[in-house]
Amino acid sequence: MAENEQGIKLTAEQEKKRRSRSLAIAGVLIGLVVLFYIVTIVKLGPDIMNRPL
Amino acid sequence: MSLAERHDMMENAAWTGGDGSVGDYIALMKPRVMSLVIFTAFVGLMLAPGSVHPVIGAVAILCIAIGAGASGALNMWYDADIDEVMSRTRKRPIPSGKITPEEALAFGMTLSIGSVVTLGLLVNWFAGAFLAFTIFFYAVIYTMWLKRSTPQNIVIGGAAGAFPPMIGWASVTGTVSLESFVLFLIIFMWTPPHFWALALFKKGDYETAGVPMLPNVAGEMNTRHQILAYSIILAPVGVAPYIMGYAGLAYGIASALLGLVFLVLALDVWRKREGTPAQKACLKLFKFSIFYLFALFALLLGENLVTGVMA
Repeated sequence: MAENEQGIKLTAEQEKKRRSRSLAIAGVLIGLVVLFYIVTIVKLGPDIMNRPL
Repeated sequence: MSLAERHDMMENAAWTGGDGSVGDYIALMKPRVMSLVIFTAFVGLMLAPGSVHPVIGAVAILCIAIGAGASGALNMWYDADIDEVMSRTRKRPIPSGKITPEEALAFGMTLSIGSVVTLGLLVNWFAGAFLAFTIFFYAVIYTMWLKRSTPQNIVIGGAAGAFPPMIGWASVTGTVSLESFVLFLIIFMWTPPHFWALALFKKGDYETAGVPMLPNVAGEMNTRHQILAYSIILAPVGVAPYIMGYAGLAYGIASALLGLVFLVLALDVWRKREGTPAQKACLKLFKFSIFYLFALFALLLGENLVTGVMA
């Protein structure tokens, strides 16, 4: 596309919104990692290391 | 927005990532509806017999809330055309041009799948499946099918808004029961008088949008009859948790009194049929209905917490 070959210049406002969206997505992803980590610990419980070998 | 403008916006959005801010995406999730869902789901979770680890409980509420947000986004995606012509909804992110319908659809689908899978994996799959059904019910049965085709739209569609306490309950027990069904029934019976009081007030708006709300199709008189009929059923249903023994005397007395006030206000709507007094009566019932539902669930929760502390 010709427009793309020339490169689209984002306005300052668009740049700002894109940055805030990217940060929000990063926050959600990190949150999910932490959530699954904590729930794994909760589900396994403290006795996970205490098992017959 | 013209077709050419929309095309330009979409093409542009593909390169720039869209013009929506984080706030616009949050607005897409209908945060006010979400707050009610969080509250009622939490009450369901707390009232359920047995216990759940606080972290698992918090995850369940989070997933139910995100599922409700997903339903809201899908609803706004499908209803963008009618939102554009109603004064109450004109400023929503899609009609105001901040988010494209395609972005809203992708956002809604991502949240739907994410919330259902997370609830299933981390809490239990019955609750996950129930959440999936609720999102489907709201987005497909209500939004796509009933809303534009029958004046009974909000009666059946109201079920979607009434499921959260049952999902909260199922997050603890892994099943449903008569007690959780009564919580569903309270919201289910409450929805028609609540929305029809608003519809009587905002009749013109729905008419412009071509949405068959009861006052536009069956007439204002018929709507008043039905508001009264649902209120007569709602008042005793509100007391049912006490009668069934999972709410205390304080709840029993308060819910009976609140039900009585609801009934008196519904009767007022039924009696005053013309001009400003009629409008005032509708607005009064609408406002009280919000307080009524909040008060019932807050009482259930309060009693549960007090009994928990004293035990």
